[in-house]
Amino acid sequence: MTLTLSGVGYRYAGAAQPSLLDVDLELPNATVIGLAGASESGKTTLCLVASGLAPRTVGGRIRGTIRLDGEDVDAWPMHRLAERIGIGFQNPGTQLSQVADTVFEEVAFGPMNLALPREEVVERTWDALDALRIAELAERDPRRLSGGQQQLVATAGLLAMRPTHLVLDEPTAQLDPAGTRLVADAIGRLAAAGASILVAEQKTDLLANVASRVLVLDGGRVVRDGPVDEVLGDPTLAELGVAPPSAARLRMAVAAAGIDTAVLGSLDG
Amino acid sequence: MAEILVTGLVHVYREGAVRALDGVDLRIAAGERLALVGQNGSGKTTLVRHLNGLLRPTEGRVTIDGTDAGSMTVAQLAAKVGLVFQDPDRQVFSGSVRSEVEFGPRNLGGRGPELATAVNAALEATGLAGEQRTNPYDLGQSRRKLLALASVLAMRTPVLVLDEPTTGQDARGVDRVRAVVDAVAGEGRTVVAISHDMRFVAETFERVVVMRAGRVVLDGTPADVFAAGNRDVLGSTFLEPPLPAIVGARLGLGATPTDEALVAALETRPSGR
Repeated sequence: MTLTLSGVGYRYAGAAQPSLLDVDLELPNATVIGLAGASESGKTTLCLVASGLAPRTVGGRIRGTIRLDGEDVDAWPMHRLAERIGIGFQNPGTQLSQVADTVFEEVAFGPMNLALPREEVVERTWDALDALRIAELAERDPRRLSGGQQQLVATAGLLAMRPTHLVLDEPTAQLDPAGTRLVADAIGRLAAAGASILVAEQKTDLLANVASRVLVLDGGRVVRDGPVDEVLGDPTLAELGVAPPSAARLRMAVAAAGIDTAVLGSLDG
Repeated sequence: MAEILVTGLVHVYREGAVRALDGVDLRIAAGERLALVGQNGSGKTTLVRHLNGLLRPTEGRVTIDGTDAGSMTVAQLAAKVGLVFQDPDRQVFSGSVRSEVEFGPRNLGGRGPELATAVNAALEATGLAGEQRTNPYDLGQSRRKLLALASVLAMRTPVLVLDEPTTGQDARGVDRVRAVVDAVAGEGRTVVAISHDMRFVAETFERVVVMRAGRVVLDGTPADVFAAGNRDVLGSTFLEPPLPAIVGARLGLGATPTDEALVAALETRPSGR
């Protein structure tokens, strides 16, 4: 159950410059990989390409190969890919179906389209709503929720699909700390159940919690790729426009003052 | 410059029995940098929408420099309080970055060199000086958000209200927002910002107001609000102090809401290094 990108480049239609260059990425099952980078470094583009939306629905030109469990997906139509790879957009408004009048129907929309038995659709929908603690929103109109609530509803819709591969573009951008924690827990549970997940985030604290490996993009290229502690603990990270996680930043500030960071004790959790 | 006085403010949304604000009292002095924090749904956005007249109180009142906001026209309020929305796509509409930023100050009567100066300064502060002819929708989401900030900044209102200014911003974007807050407050103007980012709050603001279920539950400096004794109250709103505050409390170093404060406390503690 591995998603593999080899030498992938991508240029939007009409763009003078490519937005991605020579990206290699292997996303094995039961793994969370974090994607960091400054604004406009290519994170969203990589999410679109890894999920197959670019170029299929976005246009533009792609190079290199994308394989799902060893099979080249180049000729696969979007609907076939969508059964295997879920994507969560940065703006939850984009994600909502716009046809569901209640949150329950919104979250059930995806599994219903998989032609699952009714009982299973209902069970998956409540599971997803419970996981993000939004069961009390079930009867509300999804179009009339706050941005944070919409982001949780959109994420619940993805969870209900029980995807084997999931690409999330800043899934907590609009969330308060409590919502962010719920999404982090949900990502962890999905991965524990065997899913492979790519998460693009500015919040490196979240990546430090959920990811085992982190890639950093700069100008459309992968400029860092390694174990989470190594990449996010690198003092040169800030030069790439990425704020280090709180713990790494605190250690760096203490070390810079000539104080032994051992006094801080464990900064985990 | 303007003083804001909020007294017994209650807001009940028409469609429901939801008391979004349940009796808020707040005095915000001119030139203050105030962060408003709390869970989604705690009433932060409802509160700031009363400051520029987007919402009118169900009970209580808001005065700006002694004048009841309810008796001021939208135009009068717009000249006093600039509000930057969380989602830039709710306010961006022009065909170019420059005309977007010109729109507000022009409506307030700005013309000629004075207008140009205000617009240029706002573009410079948000790092958009090189994008004046760009269509706003050709900017990425994060820079479009900085554009929304620039367009309100250019109005040079005595009060600037920012709703989640750092969401979707990278490290450089957060630094820009912080520099804008410092510069505006440095001119004696007031900045009120809603934020979920406690690190940004502790490093940028001198006063933190914590809301829960439509009420103010904590109000003080970052050192006060993020002090060990308030951990339970913060926890009741699902907020956590920034990491240096937690570590400082654990090491018995007192209130250390920022990395800087923690390092200073470590340097001066009796046992030395």
